[in-house]
Amino acid sequence: MLETALKGSRKYWGLIFFLLAIIGVGFIFYLQQFFYGLGITGMSRDVSWGVYIGQFTFLVGVAAAAVMVVLPYYLHNYKKYGRISVLAEFLAIPSVIMCMLFIFVDMGQPLRVLNVILHPTPNSVMFFDMLVLSGYLLLNVLLGWTILGAERKGMPPPTWIKPFIYIAIAWAPSIHIVTAFLYAGLPGRHLWLSAIMAARFLASAFAAGPALIIILCLIVRKYTKFDPGREAIQALGKTITYTMILNVMFLGFEVFTAFYSTIPGHMHPFDYLYVGLDGYTKLVPMMWLSSILAISALVLLLNPNWRKNETTLAVASVAVFFSLWIDKGFGLIVGGFVPNMFERVFEYWPTIPEALITLGVWAVGFLILTILYKIATTVKEEVVYDKYGEKQIKI
Amino acid sequence: MSINRRQFIKIAGISTIMGLGGTSAVDLLQRNWLEAAQYSPDPKALTAKRWAMVVDVSKLKTEDDYKNIMDACHRVHNVPELGNPKDEIKWIWKETYEHAFPGQEHEYLTEGIKHKPFLMLCNHCDNPPCVRVCPTKATFKRKDGIVMMDMHRCIGCRFCMAGCPFGARSFNWKDPRPFIKEENKEFPTRMKGVVEKCTFCYERLAKGLIPACVEASQEAAKKAGTKPGLVFGDLSDPNSEVRRILSSHFSIRRKSELGTQPSVYYIIGGNDHA
Repeated sequence: MLETALKGSRKYWGLIFFLLAIIGVGFIFYLQQFFYGLGITGMSRDVSWGVYIGQFTFLVGVAAAAVMVVLPYYLHNYKKYGRISVLAEFLAIPSVIMCMLFIFVDMGQPLRVLNVILHPTPNSVMFFDMLVLSGYLLLNVLLGWTILGAERKGMPPPTWIKPFIYIAIAWAPSIHIVTAFLYAGLPGRHLWLSAIMAARFLASAFAAGPALIIILCLIVRKYTKFDPGREAIQALGKTITYTMILNVMFLGFEVFTAFYSTIPGHMHPFDYLYVGLDGYTKLVPMMWLSSILAISALVLLLNPNWRKNETTLAVASVAVFFSLWIDKGFGLIVGGFVPNMFERVFEYWPTIPEALITLGVWAVGFLILTILYKIATTVKEEVVYDKYGEKQIKI
Repeated sequence: MSINRRQFIKIAGISTIMGLGGTSAVDLLQRNWLEAAQYSPDPKALTAKRWAMVVDVSKLKTEDDYKNIMDACHRVHNVPELGNPKDEIKWIWKETYEHAFPGQEHEYLTEGIKHKPFLMLCNHCDNPPCVRVCPTKATFKRKDGIVMMDMHRCIGCRFCMAGCPFGARSFNWKDPRPFIKEENKEFPTRMKGVVEKCTFCYERLAKGLIPACVEASQEAAKKAGTKPGLVFGDLSDPNSEVRRILSSHFSIRRKSELGTQPSVYYIIGGNDHA
């Protein structure tokens, strides 16, 4: 099937080369970081994780979110997701690869990465995170490729794939729970030391991921002949409505516990993020932007008329995605380090090289996504009818 | 019974693979049991079941008292002076009471305590979160309680820095070597991209010497005719000096509510040690 990625329109090749150019720029700055050290980033002794680990955390969620399509389809036989289950799996692949790359670019001694396998340490959550992430990547490559291959041949997927589908469904939440445990078990980091972290991670993941799938479905429909189906997109709209409500509620629970108990250690990170602490306010505008985006998205999603309108649904999806990207990809990580262990405030802001390396990794992800989606849509265009006999091609 | 060539190669191949796998599995299992020491220990070496330190801030009076101690440590351990808080590397340093013991401060504290600097260093916890989170065992706890660093194994993921509730760990954000004023050839310098911290001078203990900071504090006390501000010893020995001081003075530890069991104790009170 790979050969279908080699034949494409001008626009397709334009996008490929555009992404390659961004990757090139990111790579040059990564070389600088490789030779100089992580000192070229905005991270410091006090805020020792930054935007790299934030992106990793956010993208684990996006990867896990494939289950929001795969589960209703395989466990509840929700046929409308039949056409897009491969799209969801093919989003999980670049997401996990980006996660791994973000961990890699964050390492002080990247050439020693194999020490994690050479000296396996089961008491470290990082070790388990490596296991579940690599497992999830393999599962999605296997599933996406096999199922799409079967569709291309006009055959039902082979029966041996069934157990792997069920394993993948159970596996998806595990990658995000384990990632939440990276943070939720650390003594002394008040913002993270909370039992609801894993639940909040899942809620935000199952909002941000399907929001991105909606956007991707709309793009695919616009630029290819393949139609993911209006009902599928609408069903995803309902998913993000519920999960986004849960996500906002969970954040509210955290705020309640901190501010009703008035325990200083619990209030300080929230103070820093939303109003500023000791006069330091660098993150305040971003966090409010995230809140405004979240509320606007909910307003659009909760009104059925707006949700049913694909334009407003698209706007809401973009708002959900960026709101959570700020909240999880930035605020949550930095907020864990501010104030520091001495109740002092040291602020963090990414540097330009750091931002460009981050952009480069995203471009790697989008390149893989573009190629995988090109393959998937080409196959689907050729097949014409989906497995339930409905036409999946725009006339 | 005869076997043909094909069967022979099959059996030979499988047994080679099993053999290789077998020995490496045994190696892997054994590796965790090996001590890092390669030679028989120096007979003069100082040993303990549980090393601990007492910091008596009432004995540290002048700016120089602190500076001598911090310089002694940073000099022997080749700790670079990077000149900015972002990249800063420190093994032992000063903090005021409200920052050393957050949550314990109140506005009616005596002026003496409010502005008194406290010496901060790795607490060598009994239950160290940094060791728990490290994905490569690059930081580990020795039998004598010292929380050690293997800077050759550290991958620089900085999970330990997120895990340590005491801010005791520093990361080499860039090559530290150009920023070392005078290199001590007896102790290794570090490369960029690894985490480091106080190791209770394991290298000096192995040669029968007390930690550099404690030595500096003792020398200064001897000159001034007072008692030293830092005392080091075996917590499991009821006759050790640390135990005698702890049993006769009120002492506190940093963030003891987190259950990490720090082995650095602070005495604020003041009388002379028993």
